[in-house]
Amino acid sequence: MGRYIIRRSLFAIPTLVVIGMIIFAILDLAPGDPTSQLPLNVPVEVRDRIREALGFDDPFMVKWLKWMRLMFINEPLYAINSLFGTCFVECPEDLDRIISWSSRTPAFDIIIERIPQTVWVLGLAFILGIVIAIPVGVISAYKQYSAFDNIGTLVTMVGYSLPVFFTGLLSIVIFSVWLGWFPTFYTTTHVVDFTSWDSIWFQIKQMIMPVAVLSLFNAAALSRFTRASMLDNLNEDYVRTARSKGLGETKVVMTHVMRNSLIPVVTLIALQVPGIFAGAIITEQIFRINGLGQLLITSINSADIPMVQTLTFLFAFLIVVFNLVADVTYGALDPRIRYD
Amino acid sequence: MKRAKWLALFAVLALVLAACGDGDGDDATATTEDGGAVATTEAPDTPDATEPPDEGGTAGQGGELLLLQWQAVTHLNPYTGTGTKDIQAASLVIEPLVEYDADGLIVASLVTEVPSIENGGISEDLTQITYNLLPDVMWSDGSPFTSDDVVFTWEYCTGSEGCGSAAFSNVTSVVADDDLTVTVTFDGPTPWPFVPFSGGTEPIVQREQFTACMGEAFVACPANLTPIGTGPFMVTEMRVDDTVTYAYNPNYRKASEGKPFFGTATIKGGGTAEDSARSVLATGEADYGWNLQVPPEILAQMEAEGFGVVDVGFNTSVEAIRLNQTNPDGDPPSDYSGGTNPNPFFFENADLARALSMAINRDEIAAVAYGTAGTPTCNVWPVPGPALSANNDFCLVQDIDGANALLDEIGYVDTDGDGIRELPDGTPLAWDYVTSTNQVRQDTQALVESYWDQIGVDVNMRNEDAGVFFDRASDLGIWKFFTDIEMYTNTAVGADAQGYFSDYQISAMPESTNDWGGNNIERCGSEDLDATWAQLASTELTDPARNQLVIQINDLIVAYCVIPLINRGSVSAFSIELEGYGKVNGWDTEFWNIEDWRLSG
Amino acid sequence: MATPQAKVKNQTGLDDLGSQQYRSLRQDVWRQFKRHKGAIAGLVVLTIIVLATVLGPILWSIDPFFIETSNGNAGPSLEHPLGTDNLGRDVLARLLVGGRISLAVGFAAMIFGLIIGTGIGILSGFFRKLDGPLMRVTDLFLALPILPLLLVVILLFRETLKEAFGPELGIFLLVVFIIGVTSWMQTARVVRGDVLSIKEQEFVLAAHSIGTRKRNLIMRHILPNTLSPVMVSAALGVAVAIITESALSFLGLGFPASFPTWGRLLFDANNYIQISPVRVLAPGIMISLTVMSVNFIGDGLRDALDPKLRSKG
Repeated sequence: MGRYIIRRSLFAIPTLVVIGMIIFAILDLAPGDPTSQLPLNVPVEVRDRIREALGFDDPFMVKWLKWMRLMFINEPLYAINSLFGTCFVECPEDLDRIISWSSRTPAFDIIIERIPQTVWVLGLAFILGIVIAIPVGVISAYKQYSAFDNIGTLVTMVGYSLPVFFTGLLSIVIFSVWLGWFPTFYTTTHVVDFTSWDSIWFQIKQMIMPVAVLSLFNAAALSRFTRASMLDNLNEDYVRTARSKGLGETKVVMTHVMRNSLIPVVTLIALQVPGIFAGAIITEQIFRINGLGQLLITSINSADIPMVQTLTFLFAFLIVVFNLVADVTYGALDPRIRYD
Repeated sequence: MKRAKWLALFAVLALVLAACGDGDGDDATATTEDGGAVATTEAPDTPDATEPPDEGGTAGQGGELLLLQWQAVTHLNPYTGTGTKDIQAASLVIEPLVEYDADGLIVASLVTEVPSIENGGISEDLTQITYNLLPDVMWSDGSPFTSDDVVFTWEYCTGSEGCGSAAFSNVTSVVADDDLTVTVTFDGPTPWPFVPFSGGTEPIVQREQFTACMGEAFVACPANLTPIGTGPFMVTEMRVDDTVTYAYNPNYRKASEGKPFFGTATIKGGGTAEDSARSVLATGEADYGWNLQVPPEILAQMEAEGFGVVDVGFNTSVEAIRLNQTNPDGDPPSDYSGGTNPNPFFFENADLARALSMAINRDEIAAVAYGTAGTPTCNVWPVPGPALSANNDFCLVQDIDGANALLDEIGYVDTDGDGIRELPDGTPLAWDYVTSTNQVRQDTQALVESYWDQIGVDVNMRNEDAGVFFDRASDLGIWKFFTDIEMYTNTAVGADAQGYFSDYQISAMPESTNDWGGNNIERCGSEDLDATWAQLASTELTDPARNQLVIQINDLIVAYCVIPLINRGSVSAFSIELEGYGKVNGWDTEFWNIEDWRLSG
Repeated sequence: MATPQAKVKNQTGLDDLGSQQYRSLRQDVWRQFKRHKGAIAGLVVLTIIVLATVLGPILWSIDPFFIETSNGNAGPSLEHPLGTDNLGRDVLARLLVGGRISLAVGFAAMIFGLIIGTGIGILSGFFRKLDGPLMRVTDLFLALPILPLLLVVILLFRETLKEAFGPELGIFLLVVFIIGVTSWMQTARVVRGDVLSIKEQEFVLAAHSIGTRKRNLIMRHILPNTLSPVMVSAALGVAVAIITESALSFLGLGFPASFPTWGRLLFDANNYIQISPVRVLAPGIMISLTVMSVNFIGDGLRDALDPKLRSKG
């Protein structure tokens, strides 16, 4: 098992390098220019100097190697050193970093600013989705073709089929504009003070719509999968055996069937984590949350190539890591699978 | 029973997550004292904002002012920023010496009075201007503001790396005569000297803070995000492309008058123009919304909710169709080449330009695409007053028959029966018609195409992404103009017609030989234009002859280079509880008088 | 990711052979499919939608691009059952024309993705040498952040394709290509799993031993037996493609304004939701209905093609 994890992790490194190269190469083709965002009256010579300073006219391989060094060596070093206040290899202030073209500040500084709101909203929606989906899926499967199952199947199908941008739009008009219950934008600078009800209430109010809309969607997909997985197992021979040897129904379902059916569900959950961030792109756009997804869209629109490269690579990194996590949990949970 | 269990589980999970989220939030705002890992940057050396000012008054007692700019703020330094959004946000903090009021007139900001020839501030030969700075002005960090900072701003902008401002191109020196007097010398007579240090685009920065931003450091200097200023507010937190928060500046020179009224200000970015309009007008969540390019009927419906009002500020912005005077199929394409590469259709062809202009229904374009945010115009210099030309007003009424008759008269007729007229040599009147990708522009394009269709002129509508279209380096951009017809807006700096028209000189042609560096995008040049402009440039600001010269140049340009369509305004929304903002300032930053903004009652 | 279907599949081949004498597989599947009420409802709704968009513009003859600014933002009337948009264009006519494009994108992208997915799945399951490299490629594609890259690629190649194929066809090809290229991986994995188990079955071994050529073996014996997962993938693929296209249009990065798809109509109507709610609801409901019916059909197909469930009936 340990050797398997190490082997898989080692394999993840070349994967990441290849993905990094693909992303870098695609974006390098993009018609971006670090000076296109400068005021129009900036003279040509100044633009040329800025291009030169940012290494814009270097050959592809030089740019790529430079980017790799910044991404894989400098940025982690910077994170470690500034976290512990150390000067391991080089002091944080001396390290070159990935610089955004449009704001001309380090890309990671802006990304770190954006993480809290994305994690708040999307993380909560994700967890809420799981909490709703699993019981619904389990009960639906156990009482297959019952009223609960029929209604549940219909509701999840509807939830699964309604695009988030449509439900989100409707909810804003109904709850923000007509009823005036919730704000139409998300205040990123609000810091929740857990001793103050007002502060907590403010946070709840600004999160409730995006969380509700997103968790409905997440729950729908997941509960359909849970139901299918439960049904697969309920028809298995071992269930018949367990029942025939006189085990109580609760015990059969809760310990035997549940345990086996939830293995693929857990894997799916792990695989969906990176999807949260991709989902952020649309949700944040609708609910005006200035998070990572919104940052990506702004950067794409302003042709801020380094920022797009960094964000896209981060998404890829998350996918690779959680694929690994999914594989490992699957092995850990399912005793039938042996790695060697 | 079971349900209760689930509820409890959910509650626990929610709390755990909430706690994690909170941790992140703290990180993002708090770890900055050491200038360390986190992006949020706090203004260095700012006095404690919550401390009441010594001078008393009631400054900063008005609570929070929430401003929405859907194009989020990137920099708080207009010299490095990426557009009006940044200029606006910076103007709460850093100020110019003189600024434009809502009528486009120059008013004093950091000086005792506006210099003029009468008060001796402008030299008789129009080459020097002397500013007398206000005494006792302090930067928000408590240090005194002196003429040295003004001199520094010039050095900052003209040093080896240059701040990028073109305002100093004809300035030969900026000298501090004493602590409160500074003299700007130009390289020749300059009747309109209010360009350097004037308006929100050219504010004064502090020598102490920006010395570190000279040279290589200019582009990525941290001070670009947290400038120290003399203005009514100072930056407390800057989140790039997201939110800027300000606290009132207790050292502000008008603090004793109770200005600014608001204790904190926030500029929130993100979303769309419609979202901003909704938050100010329909739900009353914010106090101000900027640049609301929203279809007129939507704005009217939102305004009916009663939470806010819409106001429009006009300046010299004119959306116009540009007729290329050079041949895009020439070699090199669209190169002036000393006038040897004329456009086969448009080169000094006043009749064709007039016919095309007559066929357009500007009222319909204004009503459908612009609403209150635009009025029809027939001039490139649309400012009401004695310098407004009345010679082109024929265009205000659509006249398809007249246009057809004019084209028949000059012999541009449809000879082959395909519905499209041809030049006498048989070339059909068919062109590409290019603009940037933008709903309003595409609607305008569709309408113009339908008008021209009725006079036997065929255009192929194309649109390019704004990033490409307005990029000097791009082959698809306006500067190279590798096509026959383009449409975009041009705006003067302030109310300076002379500076604006200096673009329409033969010497300002973008050409392959000067790396497409000039600003005469239409390649609109003639000896007549050059001579008239030279006359304008040597005529005093107060001389009434100036107005006539402005009209002459305007008419020459409109005659064959430009078909003006709409004088565009900038639309903003204000909460009904807000007062003191006056009217929208189309000439300068809309926050030029933010110290006067207050809540009613 | 392991596939739960894998262990079921060893019966498929036998079932096919065994029941052929009395009842064809197709009849059998159809009998089971009919029992799934949702699937039947989905099939009916989808048929209506497809017919409406194909025949609709012929029957409803108002020009969807006709501008009449004096009649903008009109409510539903006999003349304009769904009202008009801000430029006075007929919403119903635009909806019908837009549906053609949305559905065309959905089906074209699905077919494209299916061809790649099935091809790679079969090659990788059948030829041992290709298995490793092809599966690594599949993993790599699974690890690419699809939506961000999609956005970037569209920005990148939109202009080039516009030049080459014109604004409409260029974007159409780009969107179809991109959705197809990024959605084949699951199909490939499922098909590969199927092929691996089918390959070891007696009828394949028999065919192999009498000297059937590899191409015939794949086309006649293997491909038909992977049909069930492929069909389920197809149904889900259409739904995903339609949603992706409308999401792209909704972000303003899909089809141009002059080329209405349901997503683009929704995006344009977004701001008029209070003035003319029908303009928003109509495309929103059409997208949702189409996706829902396709999903129900997929569900029904899965049940009907599952031999365990089928034999129970």
